[in-house]
Amino acid sequence: MKLIYEKSKPGRRASAVPDPGLPAGDVPEGLRRSAPPRLPEMAEPELVRHITELSTRNFGIDTGFYPLGSCTMKYNPRVNERVVGLPGFRDLHPHQRDEDAQGALELMWRLQEILAEVVGLHAVTLQPAAGSQGELTGLTLIRAYFEDRGEGDQRREIVIPDTAHGTNPASVAMAGYNLVRVKVDDRGNIDLDDLRAKVGPQTAGLMITNPSTLGLFEESIEEIQKIFHSAGALLYYDGANLNAVCGISRPGDMGFDVLHFNLHKTFSQPHGGGGPGAGSVAVRDILEPFLPTPVVVREGDSYRLDHDRPKSIGRVRGFAGPFGVFVRAYAFIRMWGPGLREMSETAVLNANYMLARLRDAYELPYDRTCMHEFVLSARNLKREHGVTALDVAKRLMDHGFHPPTVYFPLVVPEALMIEPTETEAKETLDAFCDAMLSIAKEAETDQQVLKDAPHSRPVSRPDEAQAAKRMHVRHTFEEAPA
Amino acid sequence: MLKAIGVSSIEELFADIPQGLRLDRPLDVGPALTESELVAHLSELASRNVHVDRELSFLGAGMYDHYVPAVVDMLMQRGELLTAYTPYQPEMSQGVLQAIFEYQTAICELTGMDVSNASGYDGTTVAADACYVAKLATRRQKVVLAETLNPQARQVVRTFAPGFGMEVVEVAQKDGVIDPDELAAAADGAALVIFQQPNFFGILEDAPALAAAANGAGALAVAHVDLMSLGVLEAPGVYGADMAIGEGQSAGNHLSYGGPHYGFLASKTDLARQLPGRIVGETVDRQGQRAFVLTLQTREQHIRREKATSNITSNQTLLALGGLAYLSWLGPQGLAEVGERSLALAEHAKKRLGLPPAFDRPTFREFVVRTGRPASEVIDEAKRRGVHPGYPIGRDYPGLDDALMIAFTEKRTADDIERLADVLAGAGVEVHA
Repeated sequence: MKLIYEKSKPGRRASAVPDPGLPAGDVPEGLRRSAPPRLPEMAEPELVRHITELSTRNFGIDTGFYPLGSCTMKYNPRVNERVVGLPGFRDLHPHQRDEDAQGALELMWRLQEILAEVVGLHAVTLQPAAGSQGELTGLTLIRAYFEDRGEGDQRREIVIPDTAHGTNPASVAMAGYNLVRVKVDDRGNIDLDDLRAKVGPQTAGLMITNPSTLGLFEESIEEIQKIFHSAGALLYYDGANLNAVCGISRPGDMGFDVLHFNLHKTFSQPHGGGGPGAGSVAVRDILEPFLPTPVVVREGDSYRLDHDRPKSIGRVRGFAGPFGVFVRAYAFIRMWGPGLREMSETAVLNANYMLARLRDAYELPYDRTCMHEFVLSARNLKREHGVTALDVAKRLMDHGFHPPTVYFPLVVPEALMIEPTETEAKETLDAFCDAMLSIAKEAETDQQVLKDAPHSRPVSRPDEAQAAKRMHVRHTFEEAPA
Repeated sequence: MLKAIGVSSIEELFADIPQGLRLDRPLDVGPALTESELVAHLSELASRNVHVDRELSFLGAGMYDHYVPAVVDMLMQRGELLTAYTPYQPEMSQGVLQAIFEYQTAICELTGMDVSNASGYDGTTVAADACYVAKLATRRQKVVLAETLNPQARQVVRTFAPGFGMEVVEVAQKDGVIDPDELAAAADGAALVIFQQPNFFGILEDAPALAAAANGAGALAVAHVDLMSLGVLEAPGVYGADMAIGEGQSAGNHLSYGGPHYGFLASKTDLARQLPGRIVGETVDRQGQRAFVLTLQTREQHIRREKATSNITSNQTLLALGGLAYLSWLGPQGLAEVGERSLALAEHAKKRLGLPPAFDRPTFREFVVRTGRPASEVIDEAKRRGVHPGYPIGRDYPGLDDALMIAFTEKRTADDIERLADVLAGAGVEVHA
C-alpha cells in the first residue's frame, strides 16, 4: 500500500480555515520558516480512504480474539466512547477554574475512592500517564519516604524476581536504585531462601506482580511481606495482573504499600495501537504526603485541585492526568459495580479452561491452577519437530487470531503466554484451542506450512534485522511511488 | 467448563490465595448501572463543567482550542486501530505501523529532524525524556532549563532528574526572554539545554542564538516547540537544535481536561540509538514487499531491561495518529493559515485592547498584558459575563499577579475581540475606547 505522502498531489487540501480578514502579523527576520513542511496534500475523500485502508490492514479486539498475555485485551464497551465525547468532558480546558470543572473533579475524586477500595489502600493519584510511569512514580515515592526518614543513602536496593516485566528493572534504573535479582523456585514462586539472603538494611523495597507473569499466585506472599516489613523495606505491587483478583483479594490486605494500576488493562481503556494508558498509583497512609501534586480533594460538596503538599515529590505529568482514560475507567467500573468480582472470576475460569484443553499438546512448565493467564512452552515442538513459539504464533494468524505474547516471561523457553480475559464466549475459547491443537498436529506432519506462516496476512515475516540496519524511519520523498 | 478443568466450583480456582487474604464482602463501589443509567449519570457530571463552547474562552498556556476536524474522530474510532495494542506482531499490525511511520515523517518534516519516536506521554514528560537521552549521549549530569519553558515541564524534570542522577539549573528570564550569553554560561558542562519557542509567555525567543549557546558549550540544544507554529516559524533542526520536543494537543487532539494527548520527541540521526520509546522502520517481507516493523528495539526495556534508554511501553499512539489525520487534513497550506490567522488575531487584539504589555516583545498567538488589578478578580468578573479572558500567569511567575495571558486560535473572530474588550472594560480594566 502506498504511503500517504505518495498519494499527495500539490495544491490539494481537505481543510478550509476561517479568514478573520485582518492584516498579517509580523515575524522577526530570521525566525520565519524558510521552506514549507512536506505534509500530505489531499482532499478529504482520499484521506478517509487512506485511513480506512490502513484500518483493514490492522487487527484489534473489535476484529477478533486477542489473547496477548499480560496486556488484558478485553472488549472495550462502546458506551465509553460515547460518554468520553460529551462536550463537558471533551472540550473542557485544563486551566478552567475548579468551580467550573466540578463534574470532572467529582468524577476523578470518585474514581480515586473506588480504586482505593478495589486494592485496599488509602490514597490514590491519578496523574501518571501509563503503567511504566506509574512504576517510576511509585519508586520515586519510596525514595522520598526514605529520604524523609533519613534512610535515603542507606536504602539503595530494589529487589525484583526473574519473572518481572522488563519495565520493572528499567524503572528501577531510572529511579536511581540498584537492582537485586531474586530467583524463582520450581513452583514458580519467589525462592524464599534466596530472598532472605538478599534483603536487609540496604533494601528499599520489593517490586512484584501478583499473580506473577507466569499467571500464578505468589503462595508465600504473607511470608514475603514479613521479610520486607521486618527489614524496614516497602512492597511495590505491579498492577499489570490486577484483572485476576478484583473483589477477590486486595494487594493492600496482602501487605503491599504502593502499587500502580493499568487502567487501560483492568478497566478497559482501548489500547489504541500502543496507547493511551493510565498508571494511577495507590499508596498506604505513610506514603500519602509524598503523592504528586495536584491531588483532587473533596471539601463538603465541592471538589478542588490541591497544589499545597509540602512533601510532594512534585508533578509527574501535565495537569491532573489523562482525564479521558479516567472517564472510560469510571464508566467501566460503574457498569460492573460489585460484579467486578465476577469479572475476575470469569477471567480466571476462562484461562483455566483453555489451560485444561491445551496442557497435553504443549509443555506446561509449572503445573498449577492458573489465575487470569497461563504460560505454555513450545519446547516440545521445537525439540521434536524444529517448530518454535514464533512459528505457532504466526500460524495462529491464519486461523484468524491474534497470537499470544511469545518469548516472555524469559524464565520459560519458547514461552506462549495466553490471557483470554472475561469478555470472550466459550465458542471463541474453543475455536482458539482447536487452532492450537491443530497447529501442534501440523508440527508433526507439515513443518513447512508453519515455517511459511502466516499465509493470509498483507505481509509475512518482515526482515527486522534489515530494518534495524537500514534505519529507514521516515519517508525521504526520494523514492518513486510503489 | 468447570468439569473440563476438573474442579467443582469457581472457588477452587482460587485455592492458592491464602484464606486470610480473601475479601469476605462485596466491593463498595456503588451499584451496577445499566448503559442508560450510566449515560444519565455521566451526562449530569459533564453538565457541571464549563467547556469552551459554553463561554468565550481565551485560555491557552500550553493547551489550545484549535478546531479538531471530524476526520480525526473518524480515525480514532476505527475499531481496528482503537482496540489494537502495540504492534509486536507486524503481520497483524501493518495499519498502525504504517500510520506511525507516516506520523514520524510528519514530525520530522515539521521540526527539521531525522528521527521521531512513536510518541511520548505529553509535552512535560518528553522534557524529562530528553534529559535521559542527553545523559546517555553526553555522560554529563547537568540539566539547564530556561525559565521561560512551560512551568509544568520544568516541574516534571525536577521530579525525575534526581533519579536520573542529574542536577537542574534554571536560567532566569530577562524582560520575557532568555539572554543567550547567560544561557551559554549556564550551559558550561551541561548535558542539555531546554528552551521553548514561542516561549511560555507566547514570546518569540532568539532561538537560533539559544541553540548556538548550547552547542557552543557542548550541550545538546533541545527546542520545546508547538507544532501549530511550525507552518510560520522556522524548524528547530534548521537553526541548530539537536532535538525537538513538545505537546501535540494543539495539533489534532480535543482539550479533554488535560489528556490523554501526545508528546512528540525527535532528534538528529546521531541520537537515534538513545531515544526512548517505540520507533517504526521500513523493511521488506519475505516476498520483498514493503513492510513496517518496530525497530531499534535493542534500546528498549523488554530487551535491555535496566540498561534500556527508557521504561516506556504504552505511549500515546492513538492520539499521535489523531495528530497525523489532522496535519494531513490541514496540509502545508492549512497549517500556515492556522498559524498566520491566529497571529493576526493576536496582533489585532493587542492593538484593540491597548493594554500595557508585561514584556514588549514580538509574540505568536498569545501575549501577556497588565490589567492594573489582580488577574483573578478580572477573571471572576469577566466570567460572570460569559468570557474567560485568559490565564492568570502570576500563578507561575511571582510579580505578575496583575497580568493575564490571552491566547488566540483560528476559532476566535474580530467580533470576539470586541466582546473581550467590552467585558474587560466592564471588569474595570482600562482598555482603549
